[in-house]
Amino acid sequence: MSNVSDRIGFLERGLDMSDALKPAVHPTAGETSERTAEVVFDLQQLSVLYGDFRAVRDGTLQIRDQQITAFIGPSGCGKTTMLRCFNRMNDFIPTARVEGKVLYHGVDLYDPAVNSTEVRRRIGMVFQKPNPFPKSIYDNVAYGPRLLGVKKRSQLDEVVERSLQGAALWDEVKDRLKESGLGLSGGQQQRLCIARAIAVEPDVILMDEPCSALDPIATGRIEELMAEMKTDYTIVIVTHNMQQAARVSDRTAFFTTEINPDSDRRTGILVEYDRTDKIFSNPADQRTEDYVTGRFG
Amino acid sequence: MALMTPSRAGEAAAETVRAGITKKDRDVAGIAMLIGLLLAMILTLLALFALLAQVVSESASLLSARGLDFVTSPIGSDPDKIGIWSGLFGTIVIGVMVLVVAIPMGVAAAIYLEEYAHHESRLNRMIMVNIRNLAGVPAVIYGVLGFIIFTQWLSPITGGKSAIAAGLTMAVLVLPIVVITSMEAIRAVPSGLRDAGYGVGASRWETIRDHVLPYAAPGILTGTVLSIARALGEAAPLIIIGAVTGLLPETSLTGFFSAVPILIFQWTGRSQPPNSEFAFTESAAAAGLVLLIIVFFFNAAAIYLRNRFERKRSGQ
Repeated sequence: MSNVSDRIGFLERGLDMSDALKPAVHPTAGETSERTAEVVFDLQQLSVLYGDFRAVRDGTLQIRDQQITAFIGPSGCGKTTMLRCFNRMNDFIPTARVEGKVLYHGVDLYDPAVNSTEVRRRIGMVFQKPNPFPKSIYDNVAYGPRLLGVKKRSQLDEVVERSLQGAALWDEVKDRLKESGLGLSGGQQQRLCIARAIAVEPDVILMDEPCSALDPIATGRIEELMAEMKTDYTIVIVTHNMQQAARVSDRTAFFTTEINPDSDRRTGILVEYDRTDKIFSNPADQRTEDYVTGRFG
Repeated sequence: MALMTPSRAGEAAAETVRAGITKKDRDVAGIAMLIGLLLAMILTLLALFALLAQVVSESASLLSARGLDFVTSPIGSDPDKIGIWSGLFGTIVIGVMVLVVAIPMGVAAAIYLEEYAHHESRLNRMIMVNIRNLAGVPAVIYGVLGFIIFTQWLSPITGGKSAIAAGLTMAVLVLPIVVITSMEAIRAVPSGLRDAGYGVGASRWETIRDHVLPYAAPGILTGTVLSIARALGEAAPLIIIGAVTGLLPETSLTGFFSAVPILIFQWTGRSQPPNSEFAFTESAAAAGLVLLIIVFFFNAAAIYLRNRFERKRSGQ
């Protein structure tokens, strides 16, 4: 508990977070105790609807602190849709609405009293396609802290350096911080987006297929980075790549689609959620087994 | 028939391929099309040069004889003494009014319609269709609207048939163009850029201000300048509002006014009085040249600014 409330406290205290990015001691997979790690997200019967169409339903799962949780499943199964509920990114789709509850540290994110902008400052996001701002590398990273009111150059310099180091990009770009972020390679751009996300010291980082536009080497670097980052952040990643889920995540949620009885549109459902090794070696549901063994269409 | 050796088989294959891919006939239809396209381009350029040549040759002797005096003199009845200052003043007021009224309002409306309004709602769809229709309404109709609203209802503010009333009418005339081009520019902003803003905790307005508008700026600028050029060149609404063509010694914002297109229209139809050195038509051509230069200046400025913004957003 203290761990998380401390981290959220950084935002209130400004950006004095020198001890937040201490060299991480990497716990090996499974070392993080499932009993002691705090529940960060508690989804209760979450459904997302676009108008009358139920895009995904039955989202009931708990995501714990300092773990990487992977969402896997075929296209159209609602993994991304569900991920975007975690920081209320679906707010910008006028027809989208949710049923059920998303509790974040016990607080219902869809409570009318919740300020969605504050939510997104605590729950950062990295997207499928690297999307740096058309600004310099420095300004990309400094944008979030500036929004939070950090103005002093020395403080910004510090945050930029620490964030770029946190995203394993510092050594490659430290001599050209003034150059545009768009001049970087795809993998570097995605790490710049990660640096931009961690610059505001979020509690959680959501990653929506962060490697789908990258080559295997860049993908490997991002995966290494995620393993390092999980001591400081709770990470939820949507991926099409089952090997990636098996490599990086502690827990895996498998989604699939089922045909609606009343129309031919497909609704996504959460089939199974368990420890990653269990999902890949001994899943409880036949549909999960068919998917992870490649027997699924 | 004897079996072919492997090398002879290879030669035969090469021969077939060569015959297949070697040029045989000229692509007549393609060449005809190319000539047609070239002709179209040359005719377009010719029209432009003919227009420029006509205006320049017609006005050359008058401008060389009178120079800046032609720009700074008021209008009147003696073609040797008249100038376009009265009209230029009105035209400048119109340009400024469009700049300070139509552009902020149009861009703001476009931001609302693209970023805030519910696209699927029937009301908003109706609003968008109507704005598109407004852009197609003939300028004369706007003149009638401006005459009723700005010179009659709002005459305590505008002073009646004044430069302010003319400027406001022109602002309303170009407003739909500004809205439509700005909406298109905003719609072309990649959604990933908005996601990126929201993802680091920027509010909707912060995202629009810091990312959407800078990205859309080149497109918005293009529409803006086109609309100013249009407003400067329109004559029809001004005739209805009551632009002055005879004597106008004083220029004021709320008094009688004129504008360069009005002068061109008037002077073109007037015959040369006896004993005068220059004809009214020469003054009309000279006024046209001044208007062309102003419009050219605006376009050049827009292109320069657009290129700068585009370079910035592509990261150079």
